[in-house]
Amino acid sequence: MLGLNKKDTSLLIIVAILTLLAPFILNPFPTDSAMAQFNAGYPDLMQRFVIFGIFAIGFNILFGLTGYLSFGHAAFLGVGSYSAVWMFKLLSYNVIPAIALSVVVAGLFSVLIGYVSLRRSGIYFSILTLAFAQMSFALAYSVLSNPKFNLTNGETGLQVYADDPQILQGANAPDLPHLFGLPMRATYTMDVGAWSFDFNAGYYLCAVIMMVVFYLAIRIFRSPFGMMLRAVKSNQQRMNYTGLNSKPYTLAAFVISGMYAGLAGGLMAAMDPLAGAERMQWTASGEVVLMTILGGTGTLIGPVLGAGFIKYFENIFSKINDNVLHSWFAFLPDGLEDAVVFIIHPFIGKGWHLTLGILFMLVVIYLPGGLVEGGQRLLNWIRRKSVGGDDTREGKTEPAE
Amino acid sequence: MAILKVKDVSKRFGGLKALTDVNLSVEENSVHAIIGPNGAGKSTLLNCLVGKLIPDTGSVLFDNQSVLGREPYQINQMGISRVFQTPEIFGELTVMENMLIPIFAMRDGAFRMHAYETIANEKEVVEQAEAMLEEMNMADKRHMHSASLSRGDKRRLEIGMCLSQKPRLLLLDEPTAGMARADTNNTIDLLKQIKDERDITIAIIEHDMHVVFSLAERITVLAQGTPLVEDTPENIRGNPKVREAYLGEAA
Repeated sequence: MLGLNKKDTSLLIIVAILTLLAPFILNPFPTDSAMAQFNAGYPDLMQRFVIFGIFAIGFNILFGLTGYLSFGHAAFLGVGSYSAVWMFKLLSYNVIPAIALSVVVAGLFSVLIGYVSLRRSGIYFSILTLAFAQMSFALAYSVLSNPKFNLTNGETGLQVYADDPQILQGANAPDLPHLFGLPMRATYTMDVGAWSFDFNAGYYLCAVIMMVVFYLAIRIFRSPFGMMLRAVKSNQQRMNYTGLNSKPYTLAAFVISGMYAGLAGGLMAAMDPLAGAERMQWTASGEVVLMTILGGTGTLIGPVLGAGFIKYFENIFSKINDNVLHSWFAFLPDGLEDAVVFIIHPFIGKGWHLTLGILFMLVVIYLPGGLVEGGQRLLNWIRRKSVGGDDTREGKTEPAE
Repeated sequence: MAILKVKDVSKRFGGLKALTDVNLSVEENSVHAIIGPNGAGKSTLLNCLVGKLIPDTGSVLFDNQSVLGREPYQINQMGISRVFQTPEIFGELTVMENMLIPIFAMRDGAFRMHAYETIANEKEVVEQAEAMLEEMNMADKRHMHSASLSRGDKRRLEIGMCLSQKPRLLLLDEPTAGMARADTNNTIDLLKQIKDERDITIAIIEHDMHVVFSLAERITVLAQGTPLVEDTPENIRGNPKVREAYLGEAA
């Protein structure tokens, strides 16, 4: 289907079903139960899952295929956000021109940064991209925000004001980002017994876009172009002596992944019409590296899983506080309860990074192929169990692509 | 007709004269060996032919076109393929993919953004790759990661990759270095077969006299950066100057 083989088609269908049914899947616990705080099915978080999924899918095209580790991809995310907000300010709150411009501007910006950074490889490439991203951050944070020429609105962040031109904004159009009149914040809440499920317009826009770009990523992975990118990672010397110029290949991969990042940034602004410089900081660049490695570098679905994993932890674990812990362990004797809470305390709330760090270490050490490898091992184990001692294919973990 | 002409090529690295006034011409459809003791400048000469190094003076003509100043990939596109001393293949890719890449490179040139094609649909390229694997007796290994091949198979694969581009000149840099005797003999047989079956010129740099005398039609002896003598294998074997400078008692 759509020029994909059977395996890829089923992967795409599974991803489509999961994203479309996410409001149900992510809200397994009744609203009033004690477990409700593990529900992730609220619009804000679901949007973030798919937006960062897009970001990571794009990053993986560069890092997973060519092996060039960029530490500056957040710059393109930020550029995308700023472009989108400028479109809101100048044209209208319709998200289509905003998202289109964010992809284009991020693409142009990545041609510039990529052209310079790709003169080096390995660690020097990483450092160059990091330097560029930090320069972009500085530009956005202070340099391009002065009374004479205010492009980014500095610390406050770029936002839409009442006196902005918005020349195409219709009289009746919503005063918020919308898709031809459908506000991104529009949410339909469905109550089923004790459960409640949110269906948010913004989320579904992001989800559909993610499926499209996921499909494009599969096509790139399976194309001769994708094979050439893996050849870059494998042996550039042989590539050059085989009549191939590796530079335009890496630059193309860099620009494609920059455009994915710009798209993610544009969508972020479309969900919430605000762009701040902190979006470009190196921690944000590092986050997408973590997502990709955690999920499985060079695999198709890995980056999406990694993005979901990290965003889930960031939003759910950071919300658990001592009161919640006390209520969980209330059944223990007082002294013991306090002791248990004392031990767990550093790993929750603001300490969620600690939990994430430990999980990251465990994954990198025991599952170098990321969550995808974990899933494959699990599948193999189940298959072996069901076949009953047929060990012929045992323990073979080939990276799924 | 000479397909490759090297004229007055000199190259120095700081105070070291690696090559001094090297003149060499390789006849079309011949097997030409370049031999010489360690440090004679064999590798430097080879690197000047493929665009990795640019000589200080002199010229290198392939098919009457200068190769100097061109990038390795451009020189490859002119019709020169190179086999390395240690096999250079795409270790993380499968054997089949290794074979597909040079064929795509020949068809599409140095860069093409064929991101919306699917490899499986490129029937012609796939067929060519399969035929070449068949010819190299590697068809049963097509799904293996090429890094897990044996040394001899890696060499076969690399030679197959080069041949799949139908080069006019094949450069081999010590193709049997570090190989066991059996693998060496297999490689010699393979090269003989290639020579017999194709219109191809082979230039080979080699240490192993067994390989050189089994294959070469012309031999150039390089010593201290200059060609000492160029002749047929029989005459080289009997040449006292060469014996003294290079072959020693081994011959």
